[in-house]
Amino acid sequence: MQDLKKKVLGTALIGVALAILPFLIGMGFGNAWIRMLDFALLYIMLALGLNIVVGFAGLLDLGYIAFYAVGAYVYALLASPHFGLHWPLWAILPIGALVAGVFGMVLGAPTLRLRGDYLAIVTLGFGEIIRIFLNNLNAPVNITNGPKGIAGIDPLTKSIDLFGFQLNSLYLNYYLFVVLALLIVVVTMRLEDSRLGRAWVAIREDEIAAKACGINTRNVKLLAFAMGASFGGVAGGLFAGFQQFVSPESFGLFESIMVLCMVVLGGMGNIPGVILGAVVLTVLPEVFRQWAGPMQMALFGQTYIDPESMRLLLFGIALILVMRFRPMGLLPSSRRKAEFEHAAEEGAQA
Amino acid sequence: METFVQQLINGLTLGSIYALVALGYTMVYGILGLINFAHGEVVMTGALIALAVCKALLATALPPLLILLIGLTVAAAACMALGWTIERIAYRPLRNAPRLAPLITAIGVSIVLQQLAMLFWGRSYHSVPALLPETTYDILGARISAVQIVIMLAAAISMAGLIVLVQRSKMGRAMRATAEKPEVAALMGVDANRIISLTFIIGSALAALAGVLVSANYGIAHYQMGFLLGLKAFTAAVLGGIGNIGGAVLGGILLGVIEAMGAGYIGDLTGGVLGSNYQDVFSFMVLIAVLVFRPSGLMGEKVSERA
Amino acid sequence: MKSLPSRLPLLISISAALALGACGKNEPAAPTSAAPTGSAETAAPLIVKLGHSAPLTGPQAHIGKDTEYGAQMAVDDVNAANIQIGGRTLKIELMGEDDQADPKQGTIVAQKFVDAKVNAVIGHMNSGTTLPASVTYANAGIPQVSASATNPEYTKRGYKTAFRVMTNDEAQGKVLGEFAAGKLAAKNIAVIDDKTQYGEGIANEFRKAAEAKGAKIVATEHTDDKAVDFAAILTKIKATKPDLIFFGGMDPQAAPMSMQMQKLGLKAVLLMGDGGCTADFLKNAGTSAEGQYCSKPGVPTEQMPGGPAFIAKYKAKYNAPIQLYAPYAYDAVMVVVEAIKRAGSADSAAILAELPKTQYKGVTTDIAFDEKGDIKDAAVTLYVAKGGQWQQVETVGGKAAAPAAEAAPAAK
Repeated sequence: MQDLKKKVLGTALIGVALAILPFLIGMGFGNAWIRMLDFALLYIMLALGLNIVVGFAGLLDLGYIAFYAVGAYVYALLASPHFGLHWPLWAILPIGALVAGVFGMVLGAPTLRLRGDYLAIVTLGFGEIIRIFLNNLNAPVNITNGPKGIAGIDPLTKSIDLFGFQLNSLYLNYYLFVVLALLIVVVTMRLEDSRLGRAWVAIREDEIAAKACGINTRNVKLLAFAMGASFGGVAGGLFAGFQQFVSPESFGLFESIMVLCMVVLGGMGNIPGVILGAVVLTVLPEVFRQWAGPMQMALFGQTYIDPESMRLLLFGIALILVMRFRPMGLLPSSRRKAEFEHAAEEGAQA
Repeated sequence: METFVQQLINGLTLGSIYALVALGYTMVYGILGLINFAHGEVVMTGALIALAVCKALLATALPPLLILLIGLTVAAAACMALGWTIERIAYRPLRNAPRLAPLITAIGVSIVLQQLAMLFWGRSYHSVPALLPETTYDILGARISAVQIVIMLAAAISMAGLIVLVQRSKMGRAMRATAEKPEVAALMGVDANRIISLTFIIGSALAALAGVLVSANYGIAHYQMGFLLGLKAFTAAVLGGIGNIGGAVLGGILLGVIEAMGAGYIGDLTGGVLGSNYQDVFSFMVLIAVLVFRPSGLMGEKVSERA
Repeated sequence: MKSLPSRLPLLISISAALALGACGKNEPAAPTSAAPTGSAETAAPLIVKLGHSAPLTGPQAHIGKDTEYGAQMAVDDVNAANIQIGGRTLKIELMGEDDQADPKQGTIVAQKFVDAKVNAVIGHMNSGTTLPASVTYANAGIPQVSASATNPEYTKRGYKTAFRVMTNDEAQGKVLGEFAAGKLAAKNIAVIDDKTQYGEGIANEFRKAAEAKGAKIVATEHTDDKAVDFAAILTKIKATKPDLIFFGGMDPQAAPMSMQMQKLGLKAVLLMGDGGCTADFLKNAGTSAEGQYCSKPGVPTEQMPGGPAFIAKYKAKYNAPIQLYAPYAYDAVMVVVEAIKRAGSADSAAILAELPKTQYKGVTTDIAFDEKGDIKDAAVTLYVAKGGQWQQVETVGGKAAAPAAEAAPAAK
């Protein structure tokens, strides 16, 4: 009873905090940081989706951003002057999730027998193939408008008047993102504890043993690909409506690697860890960039290293250091942590 | 016919370059089961160091070939040191960590090396002086240059040398033992850490060679030249069966030829619907098709379970 | 892996637009001049905020800074001139932001400008950032004038807030096509592009114009903006025996391409847009560069109406050579200031109403906008590589310089 009360109270507190967060940030740092916050939420959704594939099922996917791209282009094609279609948001998002999910299954199917690094290179290949198609499907028939990208996409939300109080679309977008991100969090949490979630973990730990225990590894793997992809599709749709412009260059390999870094750095398989990873890797580089220049000026009176390269340099060093000292990620999942410590002990004995 | 032979030469050159880089991936993978994502960056570092040395020596009266050899030697030495350091800093502490942790440190090393190279050598593309003779030969109406011949020879010789080293020498036996099971190898008196360091050093020396030849072939070098090359070479290594030395070369050559033929003939094959813009799609499709039927690559052994 | 740095020169060239747009529909928080309201009778200065966005960090930082310097110079000149608007002295504040040439950052910067209620925006520098940002400005009714974004899409979206003082890719591609089929008398032409916004855009316009002039396109090939090996496509092209190859792309690809043409014994002229029209191309393509052609939008700085004076002034002020777009950014600011003068107000809506009527003799050329917000009568200059230098062949269009033989293709 006590626990339940605490839980309700905790949830309520988080809810209130999330609701007023944009106002605090908007007042403290300016609306541009709300945009940054929105991007962080998008990356949280992406990282949670990839976490299903990599963290839960243990399938290394290096082409995950392709599903983000699919979601983004579904939104862009169905709500822009490009085809003259202007479908509403609530209709497109499920379609985007569905299409991305189907893509996830179709691309997952040929990879079922592959493992580890072979899987990595094939998924990387699929990611590139999708990007190349998006970049080239403007001829002979113009579907994606090619490298020019699709502009003039319908916005996600329009500013509204609420009892005389004007609510900027920036805030509305934020609330939309928060709600969807929370939905994805809840779904992944329920999945983790479900029969399916346990089947994923079983496959991750030992595929042959899992199969021997009666798990249909083919279907379960395909489901992991499909679910992960559909979350990516939702995030992609939101991205398209948020930017109101999409072009293939937003979906390069480096984005896939970034999302993977978020998952691994935060703590693979652990939902709070993955969220932390996404927030850290979205916000930190920006902080580096804003401080690297002025700091050098203050210290040496001159900028020796361009802040942009400083940002990347520090990012690379951070990746190495975090993995060096916390190989399970910043917030490891308790199950994996236990396994790792066990393995390390064994190693020490050997 | 003339066009076909030329495309074959183009493909073989490109393929030999991939093969040289793929050998480095496969050596490390064969012994540690680890993708050394930073290998492409070592190639880049080798190319830029050799370039710097060669440029400095150009003013002297030394013969061009000697300058190139000095540049190559310095670059190889530097890359060997670099490879050793990378292993010590980024991979050794993580040997018992989960599989993905070293992948992330590798990405970190790759980013750091790129940025450092940029700070040293700047962002612009560097033109590479032609130190090898610029002779071209005619084969059935197609052209092949001296550099291209050197590249193909280098790939073939490196492969042969590595196979002899791994299969015939005492050190090679120690390598194979370490690859099987480091603990057991240690019981047999093999210093596994030393063997792993040596593997990285050999792979990095090959990377330096590859870097010099790549920059000589294209005439330009750049701090970002390694990433994409590394990725293609990694693809080649997987295609051939990663961990297998012959497979790396076979995969490299195949990938190169597929790319050249894809760019050259894909338009005719599809009646003009797809063009050379789908070159990479074509090569990835071949890779996927191969892996669907041979999940461990063309020459790879069946992979064992790995957590 | 993001491709942002790869096409800098080109994109950069176009993006410094001063977009002054006001959006007709919504009457959003019209950024009024941030003058203190109370004291109208005392001549409190009329403070006008201009946003300027360009990459100030990263590989294009030097070009971004150059654009900002150009804008700053104009701002200083205006502030020194004591211009009276409705009895108050005009005082401009330039708010310089860094968008890193990254589309995502571009929209974040745009949001900052909207929050700060800037009266107009100069920029962005790259097409990739200008396009998504233009949406934000259009919604907020803030005029935007780019001095360097060359992507035709920018002014095609129908935003009333989007303007540019730079020749766009379509206009340049058209001039190049006519030059190839006309002056260079090429009959059989092969076209290669790098499948980027810029490369493909300019190649398509080139093809149309060259075909219209009677040339035959014998091959169309594609590469990407990271490739270094073009042997396969060049071999294929060689079999079609072209006398000219057009490449839509940037110099990191153009230079090795030129060398590989030489190696393969492919004896055709290589013609490029501004992406290949760089000193780096000459340096990296070595002996193969000789005799290749390229074009740049606009007139060489020395030949601009106000060119020599501008160069001297810039040098005196910043002790650095002009990189690329400084004079265009200067004009972009001036066009906005002229609009403010004519309107007698610095409200975004007032500036927007006046901008389309611009008739301004700028440093770069005489500036007037067509109905889309593109500069009218845009100039393009063609060059040939001779003895390790780009030498001017001719300038097409533009009021300023040279024997403008044919009527310049008005920006489409």
